[in-house]
Amino acid sequence: MKLAIASGKGGTGKTTLAVNLALHAANSQKVVLLDLDVEEPNSGIFIKGELKREKQLVRHVPVWEKEACTLCGKCSEVCRFNAVLKLGKHILVMPELCHGCYACSELCPENALPMQESALGRLRHHQIGSLDFVESKMIIGVEMATPLIEQTLAYAEAEIPHASLQIRDCPPGTSCSVINATRDADFALLVTEPTPFGLHDLSLAVQTMRFLKKPMAVVVNRVGIGNDDVFKYCEAEDIPIWASFPHERAIAELYSRGETLYDKVDSIRAGLDAILLQISKLGGGK
Amino acid sequence: MKELVIISGKGGTGKTSVAAALAFVAENSLIADCDVDAADMHLILKPDEEFAEDFYSGLKAEIDPAICTSCGLCQEICRFHAIKQVDSFFSVDFLACEGCGYCFEICPVKAISLPQQNVGQSFISNTKLGTKLIHARLGIGADNSGKLVAKVKKDAKRIAEEKGLYYILVDGSPGIGCPVISSLSGADLVLFVTEPSLSGLSDLQRVWELTKRFAIKGVCLINKADLNAEISAQIRDFLSREGIGLLQEIPYDEDFSRAITQGQSLVEYAPEKWKPRFEKIWEQIKKELK
Repeated sequence: MKLAIASGKGGTGKTTLAVNLALHAANSQKVVLLDLDVEEPNSGIFIKGELKREKQLVRHVPVWEKEACTLCGKCSEVCRFNAVLKLGKHILVMPELCHGCYACSELCPENALPMQESALGRLRHHQIGSLDFVESKMIIGVEMATPLIEQTLAYAEAEIPHASLQIRDCPPGTSCSVINATRDADFALLVTEPTPFGLHDLSLAVQTMRFLKKPMAVVVNRVGIGNDDVFKYCEAEDIPIWASFPHERAIAELYSRGETLYDKVDSIRAGLDAILLQISKLGGGK
Repeated sequence: MKELVIISGKGGTGKTSVAAALAFVAENSLIADCDVDAADMHLILKPDEEFAEDFYSGLKAEIDPAICTSCGLCQEICRFHAIKQVDSFFSVDFLACEGCGYCFEICPVKAISLPQQNVGQSFISNTKLGTKLIHARLGIGADNSGKLVAKVKKDAKRIAEEKGLYYILVDGSPGIGCPVISSLSGADLVLFVTEPSLSGLSDLQRVWELTKRFAIKGVCLINKADLNAEISAQIRDFLSREGIGLLQEIPYDEDFSRAITQGQSLVEYAPEKWKPRFEKIWEQIKKELK
């Protein structure tokens, strides 16, 4: 089962849930945790394991070969992203705008724009007992997160196909990178907090998952702050709440030090057990 | 005209609460909410929309089945695996299509079109403060958030010019990708709102690396500063090493969530406590902007 842990709003506890659920579940089954928040991946702060494999993630962008070029301008005409421009007697390539579609390269009659590797980031695969943990980190200055997300998912598909449970720590928001991280998942678990910000961004995440026709449930974090509007919303929208976790300063302090919670806080462990039970009812996990 | 961009790298550090509080104490200003993916500023500033506009950006391929001869060339060349095939019927997977137009260029019978996409809406509104809020809503699953951010910033600049306003406060988005890059472009000062957790520090370091490339000066607020004294000290070291001014350290305070729950900024929720504090922060920011 592929479980995507997402939320519209950042800072609601996505990573905390993903990490602790993965470590707790790995006590009794083979689990994969994928950190797909490639812009700011933080799962690795909480998980210390043995580095199994490291891999550079790349994409391909065109490079101008002046000698072969006849300056026909076809490349700049077909590029919809303004990444290839004809300026006087020069072809200017702006790799940060390139989506890697190959149109300029393959439609060039002179083969004057061959595609070359360009680094996007690094993937690291760690092993901690029966948990496989894969994180990808985007190089600073790279604009597009989606190729890293797709390559990380493809890596897990190829290298770790036999896990009974795959947990994905997704990026925040509702845009293209969230879609990429969740669209082939079996189930979405949306993390929120009971404040108007939490509720507003949860409703965006719910719309996104409905758009993708994804079954979903909610986890409410920091119960005790705010009000009960999030609970009313879930009831009205008929979205099950799988667990709620209390607001405690002690939990925030453990988190701040990069410590795990499943092995230290009883109320967290009970909530994680409730989530694993729901997953197994859906036929996922062990 | 001066532009202050408020970002955090990590979500949940109190960025929007800080931005909203500053909106209450900053004179001669308007607010631009560039967190177009999950905008929350309007929940506090309660804007009345004065002007709404659909935003079109980017393309998606469409195959006309009446013209398509099912040659399969489009599927062969598409690097995004966006051409689906059911028997001899080809269609475009809307979510996978990047709108590059390669299929459009190569189709031998011109069965493919590339309509422009409505990716969201942008708004110009009047807030309960009397100031203007420029904001936007990215469509579900839409690309081009960077371009929508650029649109919000452009509108904000235009209106500031028209109204003779001197300061633009920009609430940025999380992460370090295209919307943040777009938020930073053209800014005069960046205010980082961080928290003393290992995640907060790591995200701050990454977003600062990005900011440095734009050669923009940075200042920082440490929120929830007493949550972890050791990491707060590490953040202070990092700031002084990098030449980022530390404006203030704000202790962990439940007023942040209480104010949000009331739909208020901190300055409205408990004025005697927060107004002087944010007035001081605003004075510090103005000094940096000089």
